[in-house]
Amino acid sequence: METLLSVILVFMIIGAIYALHARDLLSAVIAQGIVGYGLVICFLHLKAPDLAIVQIVVETITLIIMVAVVLDSSRKEIKAGFTRGNVINMITAMVFIGFLVYFFSLAIESLHVFGDHPLRMAETYAKEGAEKTGAANLVTGVLWDFRGYDTLGEATILFTAALGVLTVLRLRGKK
Amino acid sequence: MKGLTPIVKKVAQLMSGIIFMYGIYIVTHGHLTPGGAFAGGIILAGSFILLILAFGSEVIKLRKEETGSSFTESVAILATIILATAGFFAGSMVFFNNYLPKGTVGELVSAGAIPLYNIFIGVEVAAAIVTIFLALIIFKEEEEKR
Repeated sequence: METLLSVILVFMIIGAIYALHARDLLSAVIAQGIVGYGLVICFLHLKAPDLAIVQIVVETITLIIMVAVVLDSSRKEIKAGFTRGNVINMITAMVFIGFLVYFFSLAIESLHVFGDHPLRMAETYAKEGAEKTGAANLVTGVLWDFRGYDTLGEATILFTAALGVLTVLRLRGKK
Repeated sequence: MKGLTPIVKKVAQLMSGIIFMYGIYIVTHGHLTPGGAFAGGIILAGSFILLILAFGSEVIKLRKEETGSSFTESVAILATIILATAGFFAGSMVFFNNYLPKGTVGELVSAGAIPLYNIFIGVEVAAAIVTIFLALIIFKEEEEKR
């Protein structure tokens, strides 16, 4: 189980690195699609069809919009040369990544085995969720009953995003 | 934005209805099968985006469409909040209280208020995605006119 996941993750990392370094922005967008669809395969492999459906649809729509944006603007990436500020930024990022990797490696040792879920709350959800919410699909039951605030927050984020797009584009259109 | 060839137009006409029905299925069966409001809403938006891409923007009056989708989005999220607040006043004082009768697990009309939340949020997500898409297209057309 973990070997297939590792292979897909390696593919996703390669796609992400290529998306960063591609000269042509269209191929960068396509390479970014490798990351999204790889994540779909990961979700399907980990038996999470809900997340896989959402991910595959969102990835497709995002890819369409990104391709439209790239075709309408420029296809070439503008490369900035090395300046002193750049180098300082890179060194700071490297130091932070080192710190994070060290503390993650400390934290991983104290975690449970992959796929083992010892959480008391999760067990209660799985056992009594169908009775308490009346929903056969447990994910929806958790999303709309036990954690309604989370879902309301997500919907609000989408609403705000649409509002922001409208505001920004109207301002530039009127100028 | 110009439309595409007649073949693409015909296929888009035939397919968009099926995609729309599939989106409605995903939204209304959200409490029974995998899927739900977010996935179904984006599939619904996808059927509209397919039509707009195939037919171009001269056929439909975009400004009116944009106003309509923006209005629908606001009304849908308002309805969700009102439904959640109604749960606060009916029964115990809990926001997002599932106060409607639950019915038997596994049937289409069950799970109390959860299907209603699913439908409203599905409409909200679809309208939001369509609004963003229409805003981008209208912006491009306005740029081209000048």
